Amino acid sequence: MIYREAGDFKTSYRDDGQTFPIRLDRWGYYAVLAVAFGIIPFLINDYWASAVFVPLLIYAIAALGLNILTGYAGQVSLGTGGFMAVGAYSVYKLMTAFPEISIVIHILLAGGITALVGVLFGLPSLRIKGFYLAVATLAAQFFLVWLFNKVPWFYNYSASGQINAPERTLLGHAVTGPATSAPAKYLICLVFAFVLAWVARNLTRGTLGRKWMAIRDMDIAAEIIGVNPLTAKLSAFAVSSFFVGIAGALLFAVYLGAAEVGEAFGINKSFLVLFMIIIGGLGSIFGSFAGAAFMVLLPVLLKNVLVGSFGWPTNLAAHIELMIVGALIVFFLIVEPHGLARLWALTKEKLRLWPFPH
Amino acid sequence: MKTTFTALVAAGMMAAAPAMADLVVPNLSYRTGPYGANGTHYADGFNDYFTLLNERDGGIGGEKIQVPECETAYNTEKGVECYEATKDTGALVYNPLSTGITYQLIPKVGVDKKVLYTPGYGRTSGKNGKVFEWVFNAPANYWDGASVAIKYLLDENGGDLSGKKIALVYHNSAYGKEPIRTLQGLAEKHGFTLSEIPVDAPGQEQKSQWLQIRRDKPDYVIMYGWGVMNQAAIQEAANIRFPMENFIGIWWSGSEVDVLPVGAAANGYKALTFNGVGMDYPIYDDIKTHVIDPGKASQGGSHVGSALYSRGMYAAVVIAEAIRTAQELAGTAQISAEQLREGFENLEITPARLEEIGLPDFGPEIKLSCDNHGGSGMARLQQWDATAKQWSLITEFTEPDQEIIAPLIAEDSAAYAQEAGITPRDC
Repeated sequence: MIYREAGDFKTSYRDDGQTFPIRLDRWGYYAVLAVAFGIIPFLINDYWASAVFVPLLIYAIAALGLNILTGYAGQVSLGTGGFMAVGAYSVYKLMTAFPEISIVIHILLAGGITALVGVLFGLPSLRIKGFYLAVATLAAQFFLVWLFNKVPWFYNYSASGQINAPERTLLGHAVTGPATSAPAKYLICLVFAFVLAWVARNLTRGTLGRKWMAIRDMDIAAEIIGVNPLTAKLSAFAVSSFFVGIAGALLFAVYLGAAEVGEAFGINKSFLVLFMIIIGGLGSIFGSFAGAAFMVLLPVLLKNVLVGSFGWPTNLAAHIELMIVGALIVFFLIVEPHGLARLWALTKEKLRLWPFPH
Repeated sequence: MKTTFTALVAAGMMAAAPAMADLVVPNLSYRTGPYGANGTHYADGFNDYFTLLNERDGGIGGEKIQVPECETAYNTEKGVECYEATKDTGALVYNPLSTGITYQLIPKVGVDKKVLYTPGYGRTSGKNGKVFEWVFNAPANYWDGASVAIKYLLDENGGDLSGKKIALVYHNSAYGKEPIRTLQGLAEKHGFTLSEIPVDAPGQEQKSQWLQIRRDKPDYVIMYGWGVMNQAAIQEAANIRFPMENFIGIWWSGSEVDVLPVGAAANGYKALTFNGVGMDYPIYDDIKTHVIDPGKASQGGSHVGSALYSRGMYAAVVIAEAIRTAQELAGTAQISAEQLREGFENLEITPARLEEIGLPDFGPEIKLSCDNHGGSGMARLQQWDATAKQWSLITEFTEPDQEIIAPLIAEDSAAYAQEAGITPRDC
């Protein structure tokens, strides 16, 4: 009854192939965009920006990136943290070396540099797959963190090895540095997340995405029907690392403002993003956002409920929070191994039939 | 989107904390994760001293102090969340007990006008009040610690360290890297060779580092460790039979939780400290009557009197004294963070005042000013007695070598001023 398709006619192939073929879905999408761009920027404060929206959008970009590699192209990667570090250190070097150039260009370039590094570490994927590839990307993770710790050039020879984001403006508003207002912080992340999600959606349903999925489903069969595994795998690594690099650049420059490679981009970050796409749903754009929301918002929510409302001791709350998040992950994976995106798809199926299920 | 939305709505309802009327001193603590064992002691000491002031004196100048606690797990992202969640509640001063979080907060506190007090940690050049207006790190910082340790070794060796080999085992993070420049400067001045041995966080596994030490045979080992890294290092040192009396930790590597797991083998291990240790101070009688006996001690009071508890309490003492000074200067009990900053800049804690508080000879004399936010930097050494299971102080408060440290602070703060576009103010 809610998802009524009756009367929703498609008169062209273009209409038929659109991302949201059901009218209600499309309206929902436009409504979410209208709220995100038109309402939230006027209501947002520092707490909402720094604790909720900015990390959510940044992790969603990282999850999109990893989802392209793991969910669409089937190449397991544990190097996300290391690639985010490449993005962060590239943007730091660029913004300190060329302060007069727009920060947006720096962030995009940081993504580009990360894409190159990603391709380099993606080379082993041409020979190995599965667990062995996971170990190779794990090596990338540890190597990159070690590199940024070891070579002082990357952190401009500062005494402590910390990198600090100086203030940079966009259209007259500070977007990095301490004076950044909450709406500016939120909007720059939102624009990047929106554009990248749009790019990801359209890449994955085009030729490139179909090649990736063919490789994922069976690489020998894909090769026989004419998919070149070299270009397909390396392009997946490049696009994925581009996304992850932008997420790392935003994480450092807009969200944290100062970072230390071992703490901010350690192996935990790789696992966090991997959990996001597993929870959210492999091979799904919506799943990337849902997974990021689950992993970023749930701990904050639980903390506010347990400590803020119930007045529990902070350490007890922190431990319970870990247990609840862990239990929910296990629960979701048992009940719906394909993640939140699949759960959402099932809900939609049910809603279309409601209230007269067969 | 449904899940996201419900979560967001709920988070919003919970996040809207009411503004508090009293003096608010948030405690960004950590009681979980690889540093939780150490963080718990510190947070308890910090909470208990303010509880004591509230219970015994009705707060400071008649204003009660609220200490809302927020768990950071030593994680910078959670630290940001805690800072943002508490900053609009009238918070006056932050003491995050994490160098990483401190680095993040330094630019923010300048904009939000909050005091950042980082005793014995954080960014060392925060001592320069001309550049770091809102940051205070009295009584001592990492570079002071390194210098005092070398001074002690000089005394041990009759004033000559030439030809000696000293190894620095450090937490491979901003915290651990801080002393390297000072130690390099001191190595050049006194003619010893310095080898730097990083340990990646969290540091449970240090076999290769200590194998290297066993091979190089340094005369002394200095450690900048924290959390689980400390006990692992002391255990490994015991395993390779490194003489404990030649092993000196910074103040963050000198608590009971670090040495107790190693047992008798840790006997003789030394560590720096900038506060007194043990329970031999009159204040503990008051803490017992007003805090522990009525059942108001933080987390049950099981850590009262430990080395890190004392340090947490000492941080609270300094903040309380700064609040008192600020109240006197401002002429009002309900002070703002700006007024507290004035209070810190005019802070003076004399030995007589410490005795009044009930902590005679507990810390060095502190006298801050507009350009000196770090005090004298004096520290002393403590040694572990494994049979009595307690620390004993083995030196008096010693001045660090400002000849080496002062130019480094000037250089580092100038670099920060340039990077952040700050014009140093006149003092």
